[in-house]
Amino acid sequence: MKKRLPLGGQWPFVPLLALGAALAVYAQPAKDAAFLGVLGELQQASYADKAAIVERLSQTGHSSVRAVLAALLDERLYTRNSDQKVFIVKSTDADPLQLVDPVSLRDAGSASADSFTAIGTNNALRHQVRITLARFSLSSSDAAVRLDAVRELLQSLDDPTVALLRQRLRVEKNSSVRNEIDTGLALAALDGSDRQARLEAIATLHNSLSQNVRNRLASLLDRSSDGSFVESDAKIRQAAISAIAGIDERRQFYSAAETLFFGLSLGSVLVLIAIGLAITFGVMRVINMAHGELMMLGAYTTYAVQVVMPGHIGISILVAIPAAFLVAGLTGVLIERTVIRFLYGRPLETLLATFGVSLILQQAVRSIFSPLNRSVITPAWMSGSLRLNDALELTYNRLYIVVFALIVFGVVLLVLKRTRVGLDIRAVAQNRAMAKAMGIRTEWVDAMTFGLGSGIAGVAGVALSQLTNVGPNLGQSYIIDSFLVVVFGGVGNLWGSLIGGMSMGIVNNLLEPYAGAVLAKIFVLIALILFIQARPRGLFPQAGRSAEDE
Amino acid sequence: MKLKAVLMTGCLLIGGTAFSTVAQAQNTIKVGILHSLSGTMAISETTLKDTILMMIDAQNKKGGLLGKKLEPVVVDPASNWPLFAEKAAELLEKDKVSVVFGCWTSVSRKSVLPVFEKDDGLLFYPVQYEGEESSRNVIYTGAAPNQQAIPAVDYLMKEVGVKRWVLEGTDYVYPRTTNKILEAYLLAKGVKHEDISINYTPFGYSDWQTRVAQIKRFGSAGKKTAVVSTINGDANVPFYKELGNQKISAENIPVVAFSVGEEELSGLDARPLVGHLAAWNYFESINTPVNRQFINQWHTFIKNPKRTTNDPMEAHYIGFNLWVKAVQKAGTTNVDQVIKALPGLEVPNLTGGTAKVLPNHHITKPVYIGEVKADGQFNVVWKSAGEVPGDAWSDYLPGSKDIEADWVTLNCGNYNKITKKCSGQNYK
Repeated sequence: MKKRLPLGGQWPFVPLLALGAALAVYAQPAKDAAFLGVLGELQQASYADKAAIVERLSQTGHSSVRAVLAALLDERLYTRNSDQKVFIVKSTDADPLQLVDPVSLRDAGSASADSFTAIGTNNALRHQVRITLARFSLSSSDAAVRLDAVRELLQSLDDPTVALLRQRLRVEKNSSVRNEIDTGLALAALDGSDRQARLEAIATLHNSLSQNVRNRLASLLDRSSDGSFVESDAKIRQAAISAIAGIDERRQFYSAAETLFFGLSLGSVLVLIAIGLAITFGVMRVINMAHGELMMLGAYTTYAVQVVMPGHIGISILVAIPAAFLVAGLTGVLIERTVIRFLYGRPLETLLATFGVSLILQQAVRSIFSPLNRSVITPAWMSGSLRLNDALELTYNRLYIVVFALIVFGVVLLVLKRTRVGLDIRAVAQNRAMAKAMGIRTEWVDAMTFGLGSGIAGVAGVALSQLTNVGPNLGQSYIIDSFLVVVFGGVGNLWGSLIGGMSMGIVNNLLEPYAGAVLAKIFVLIALILFIQARPRGLFPQAGRSAEDE
Repeated sequence: MKLKAVLMTGCLLIGGTAFSTVAQAQNTIKVGILHSLSGTMAISETTLKDTILMMIDAQNKKGGLLGKKLEPVVVDPASNWPLFAEKAAELLEKDKVSVVFGCWTSVSRKSVLPVFEKDDGLLFYPVQYEGEESSRNVIYTGAAPNQQAIPAVDYLMKEVGVKRWVLEGTDYVYPRTTNKILEAYLLAKGVKHEDISINYTPFGYSDWQTRVAQIKRFGSAGKKTAVVSTINGDANVPFYKELGNQKISAENIPVVAFSVGEEELSGLDARPLVGHLAAWNYFESINTPVNRQFINQWHTFIKNPKRTTNDPMEAHYIGFNLWVKAVQKAGTTNVDQVIKALPGLEVPNLTGGTAKVLPNHHITKPVYIGEVKADGQFNVVWKSAGEVPGDAWSDYLPGSKDIEADWVTLNCGNYNKITKKCSGQNYK
């Protein structure tokens, strides 16, 4: 690190570097002019020409190259319509635009967006710029940035890049960056002619998990059109075969782990939407067709919270959880007090009445928020994925939802088993008359129970808002699934809902790659029907006297 | 009693959203608008209703047509396919409209087709579709597969160098037919069977993790891979989100979509989508004087400067102007004479070219391919040389390559060039 020169760190592979740095003071105006000259060509050029211009820009070795290319990548590079002068803008959202001079990188005032035109990029150009920028990032002080840069560079291993990686390896201390560079150098060595070096390279790659490496090794086994191997050396082919077998075996393991994770994540969504129902349907025996719409209310609450606090998207989700619980819970209490309490013991009427309530709630949301879907922003901490290794990445949003579902499940279990309210709820569910005789206000408990179930539906809605579209029909697409989970798991049993939901999720995801999404779902449904034929009370039927009065 | 009450409430709710303007004056020309204003398709179709209302308003300010004012008759088929046929019959038989602008999904078009042919109506259909159809009573102002899907695949093959293909669609008639055509086309171009992966998901699908992981695996075999997406409606949002979360960028595996436009992007954060592609015949970002004027007119009419314009809106713009011109040429709104006047007519489109009605009742359209920008607009990266004539029957499907549609000389929408027979309209 101490060898880093003022410019050398950023641009180590330009020859005559030291000389350039020494002369920089004198050559600066000429360099600026050359830099600006190249930059000026960018607006009019075709995409193919732009690629060449980017290459020439980086060869000027000017100190602002990195900033300009980063701006080009984000489409923050603009030209002024009046004189075609190029500027960097700080943010494309703001009008007037905040200008930055591309040479000095100092503020250059602001101007109306109408008099500027952005310099367009396409995929190929952005790819090239990203790789060029990665060369700069290689000397970043942040190891994570260096690691990303090396991974980026591995995609296009040409001679200067290999030289650059070699140079970096000499000073690199971080072990994961070193490993990644070793992989890159080994891949490059495969193309060489030294037999020993190639065998060593294959030995290095033996431990890799990367699909790129596997593809490169597999290409050693290609046959040309006359049936002979492209790679003539049998020993190298042998080494490649064993390396590929090793990589495949490990990748297969991680692929199975990934499927399991997908299954758990789908399962935890099912569990989330079913917990609320496990209470209203399982404990109270109310068939609440408006359960889906209570989830929808929770999702809309998330949206409303984001609208109210636009500057704090990151924590808005956390605020939305209690808010959604309250909104959906109070709506639930309202439904119970105004409709359901008159219909206890009459399941068919309850079903129809709550179906009506669900239509009313849908239409209310349509009138208030418009029939169009609302876009709920995913906070940065829930986007992207957690990279465990080259073969396995877990997406953050799913990961959080698995954790969240388990927390909600735990809290509900605690409330039911360890609190006074929970005791009342269980008492009323098991024997209403006896509970009443013991002095429990059963009407109040009914309202609380329904409110609790509804509130949890609202909380599930917060999670759903991160996975699916928030629109008036959100509830309908989940109501069937939630009933299925509860019936499958065993009515009235929370643990049943957990196990039922998770196993449905996993089976669905095991089938999906082979059968497709539609067929997988059909298979799961058929399996469920058969299961319920055999065990009508689900996985964990309720035992004891309360089960007998059905 | 309770049961009745529930049903009554339901009926009221459904009925309350549907409305129809009762005819007021006699001396007007009635224009029917058949777009869903409620239900799943309302998102897309409401905009088209407003577009036609705007065009009618502008035409009336110019003095109307044939000395009469135009009068819109709006009905709401509520995204309900059988209701489309009922509402179409209502427009044609009760309101006696001179022309209908309407439908979005292919299934709704198939549903109204027999009605239009029986009652001899005239329908302008503004959405890109799967082809394999040509009716005497329909003018198709949206793209046929050779005006959208085939050029998009060509672009990816030639300019991007794609060797491996994922054909991903929603499970209904448009994606299935389009993918059948595309698969035949790719195989004809020498793409191997194992390099094509076709998959369908239901409407409104949201659990994309497994499928996206599969696409990622399929795309990491060392050959450049692209996804051709005929995913329709709001299933796109979680699909693109999942692509972003699993770090599939447009630079690695580009997705070219045929159903995602400015309107769809305006509802979501477009930053994770930057670089993904869409193929259309119009983009709001195309800078021509006539397009700028159209956008201004739209913003003034809808009283919201943030609303976007999109491809089906341009199709309605072209369709409305074609109808006006045909009525002027025929000197009457009589459907038979207007249909006779339509082939050969030309009107300017919004991208600086002209749209011409062909004998097969399709029109000529330029093809554009755009990359999504962070602001939800498109950056045009490719355009066809001139306008492409719409082809009703695909040249790449074995069953339809010998079939021709010609309502001028052959007077047939389904003429087999080999057996020299006209099989009438193919409803399948």
